[in-house]
Amino acid sequence: MAETKSEILQGTLDLMVLQTLAVMGPMHGYGIARRIEQLSENALAVNQGTIYLCLIRLVQKKWIKAVWGTSENNRKAKFYSITKTGQKQLKIEAEGWERVSGVIGRLLQLTPGGKTS
Amino acid sequence: MSYLVARIVAWFRRSELDQDLDQELQAHLSLLIEENVRRGLSPDQARREALLRMGNVASLREAHRETRGLPLVDTLVQDLRYTFRILKRDTGFALFAILIVALGIGASTIVFSVLNTLLLRPLPFKDADRLVWIANKKCVPEQTTQVAYILDARRANNSFTELAAYFAYYNIGDRKLTGDGDPERLTAVPVTQNFFHVLGVEPQTGRFFNEDESRIDSPATVVLTDSLWRRRFASNPDIIGKTLQLNGKAVRVVGVTPASFDFTSVFAPGSRIDLFSPFPLTPETDSWGNTSAVIGRLKPGVTLESAQAEFDILGTRLSAEHRSNGNEFQPVLSSLKTYVTGRLRLALIVLACAVGLVMLIVCANLSNLLLARNAARQKEIAIRVALGAGRRRLIRQMLTESIVLSGAGAVGGVLLAVIGTRILTRLDAIRIPLLANVQIDLSVLTFTLAMAFVTGLTFGLIPALQVPAIRVNETLKDSNRGASGSKKNSWLRSALVVTEFAFACLLLVGTGLLIRSFLRVLDVDLGFQPERLATIRIDPSSNYSTQAKRNAYFDEALQLVQNTAGVEACGLTDVLPLEGDRSWGVAGVGQVYERENYPEAFVRIVSNGYFKTMGIPLRAGRDFTEHDTATSEKVIIINDTLARRLWPGQDAVGQMVTQDGGRRVVGVVGGVRHVTVEQESGSEMYLPMRQTTDFSAVELVVRTSLPDTSVATTIREALQPLDSNLGAKEFRSIQQLVDKATSPRRFVVMMLAGFSGFALILAALGIYAVISYSVQQRTQEIGIRMALGASARRLQAHIILQTLVLAGIGLIIGLGGSLIMTRSLAALLFGVNSYDPASFIGTVIVLIAVASIAGYFPARRASHIDPINALRSN
Repeated sequence: MAETKSEILQGTLDLMVLQTLAVMGPMHGYGIARRIEQLSENALAVNQGTIYLCLIRLVQKKWIKAVWGTSENNRKAKFYSITKTGQKQLKIEAEGWERVSGVIGRLLQLTPGGKTS
Repeated sequence: MSYLVARIVAWFRRSELDQDLDQELQAHLSLLIEENVRRGLSPDQARREALLRMGNVASLREAHRETRGLPLVDTLVQDLRYTFRILKRDTGFALFAILIVALGIGASTIVFSVLNTLLLRPLPFKDADRLVWIANKKCVPEQTTQVAYILDARRANNSFTELAAYFAYYNIGDRKLTGDGDPERLTAVPVTQNFFHVLGVEPQTGRFFNEDESRIDSPATVVLTDSLWRRRFASNPDIIGKTLQLNGKAVRVVGVTPASFDFTSVFAPGSRIDLFSPFPLTPETDSWGNTSAVIGRLKPGVTLESAQAEFDILGTRLSAEHRSNGNEFQPVLSSLKTYVTGRLRLALIVLACAVGLVMLIVCANLSNLLLARNAARQKEIAIRVALGAGRRRLIRQMLTESIVLSGAGAVGGVLLAVIGTRILTRLDAIRIPLLANVQIDLSVLTFTLAMAFVTGLTFGLIPALQVPAIRVNETLKDSNRGASGSKKNSWLRSALVVTEFAFACLLLVGTGLLIRSFLRVLDVDLGFQPERLATIRIDPSSNYSTQAKRNAYFDEALQLVQNTAGVEACGLTDVLPLEGDRSWGVAGVGQVYERENYPEAFVRIVSNGYFKTMGIPLRAGRDFTEHDTATSEKVIIINDTLARRLWPGQDAVGQMVTQDGGRRVVGVVGGVRHVTVEQESGSEMYLPMRQTTDFSAVELVVRTSLPDTSVATTIREALQPLDSNLGAKEFRSIQQLVDKATSPRRFVVMMLAGFSGFALILAALGIYAVISYSVQQRTQEIGIRMALGASARRLQAHIILQTLVLAGIGLIIGLGGSLIMTRSLAALLFGVNSYDPASFIGTVIVLIAVASIAGYFPARRASHIDPINALRSN
């Protein structure tokens, strides 16, 4: 396994899926996986199947919901969309993420002199 | 919460969800392939690349199930399925394991249900922990109190909301019920007006006594017990307000106690009562002396200690005020619960420990069997390991097996316990309080459930932890039965057998001590011979209104019975041994005693022939005769203890005592154990029945050579001219009284003996299994030894010795433990001390014998091994 590819944290994937659905509207699993891959410029390439573990978890938590529909190539596929609770959760998670990334960002800017560069 | 619900729902819809996922993945895959084709890959390559991007679908499906469902339940279901397959393949083992767990858990559950009722649960009264028993230490052994003290204490105390009492000297069968149906002797307990209120008992129908009914001159009323109401009056509610004929007098029924209120199971275990009558607290009842058993309900916030402190002062003050009436009051308070069950506490704890030991032996035994099975299952387990079963999963599988076994055993155990407790509650001949209340309730079932789990875990743990030690390669390669790994295994198994023997030894020593105590108790010289003695109440009816008429009745009754064929002797008494007591002060004429030191003696009112009938030896002087009547000189017979007390070193016969203005001692008899079988008789005196009216019952005692079955009819026929109303059921044997007095001890001994027997069988099976297994394992070695000229006898001796070494180590540990443990049994022992050599030696002999027998069979089998076959077998 290439060590440069970061393991995706479970919470992070949740956040990415929620954000994708919030922005792009209802999508099927393949679409979500592709979208995330494109956005991350393939830095987060994993088994695409894993997206379904995340999706079923979010469905069970009632943050997203799924309906059967037909894909571009005329196959039966599940289309996922974000729910009201999902929106709320997305807001919470996004804030949490920004807070954390802010802290990490500031931390990484520390120089040996003790001053921010 | 809803997330959990969603997962549970998903678990139940798993096949549907699996299909959904497959469909989704199909769509996903086709989209991926199309994209790859668009990127210019060949269809084959496109497909391969797509599959790679998707990842392993099988493990994804597995992960999906785990994420959305209940993975723990999945594993459990799998383990259970596997367990049932395995156990079905090995039915013999499974049945044996279930059986011994059932016996063990059944026994534990029964003991726990008794313990629960007697020690853990509150008494069956409202706020029972506030109820207090107030004993009077100045009245031995009955602890009863005089009415005046109750009245004064009621007024003066600040600790109790209420004090109540019952008259403790009621006699069994005091009230003869006549009228509709067969005449029948009933037992009534006189209780104070507030007695039921203090206990918090409400009437089932009607009401309890009011103030008006609780005066000395008020018209007679009774409250029926539920059992009498059912039995005699078919639960007819119209009985309220009706009158019954009791002892020839009209008595009005005012109420019925509820079925849940069982007076005897709390206050007089092993007996039966039928009625309650009012007990007035008046100068009249006060003049009867120390008569009342007192209970009280503590005020909120008052502790037993502070109440005791108050009553210490109160007792001293009141005793001083009532100096003139002779009786004193030294109240000793204990919670009612302690009074009722305190004496049995130690015995019950011993039983609980014993049953705990039994369970440990059960566990050791099953551990052993599982270890043996593991050895036989090495291949199967190795295959599972090779296929990727993890260490934890294997251990969990093994524990599932043992818990399933113990769970199945527990189901059997509960059935056994239901039967056992049902039998217990019917044993009304046992003088153990609250036994009728024993039941399998929720707390008992919880206990059983916990027990099943712990048991399964205990016996399964060691074998389960052994499993991962199996070396896959060697085991799979090894074509024979695999000696690998069994060294440690056999060491463990020996250790388990040693443990079993140590525990069995502990149990056996304890049981031995209690059996020996019980035998000593049975051997006690009661002071009378209880065999072939029958007794029935023959109180003269109210027609015999004068003493002269009653004396004539006694003469005739004794005459009629004495002349019956098969009757060796007969006599009359007011109270039978072990049935009740009262004591009076007594002194020799002219003797002066300190108040604290005033001699007291138990009183019996008897007729001529009583001593001979009972087999009470006459030490000096003469028996009463039919001529000791109201008109002749007042006489008395005393026992040797009282004789020594009053006239030490002198001849008591001919001396005068102060009783009834002077009675002459005409005879000295041996002492009789009348309080308990274990307790020495104190001072006793006997007054002739024809010279006093101070008795409330007349019991006819008959020594007979007639068979038990015909005694009742024969005596009834003989007495026909005098009393045609004697019920055949009312005959009792004196032996029954003695048996009842020793019944708690017998109960404990029987239970312990049962446990020990079970433990012994288990220990024997355990050691047999281990030795057999080692013989089997060493077939080759034995073959070689025999080929090299070892004789069959030496081989046998060798194997038996091996057995005895194991048993011996267990014995040494067990005996050491016993020396420490049995000291706590001291209070239960009678006539033996806790180091009783017979019990210890007996245990050693029994266990060695059992081990030898258990070792003999494998030894014999070993000596029959054919060396050629043994060597070839590999």
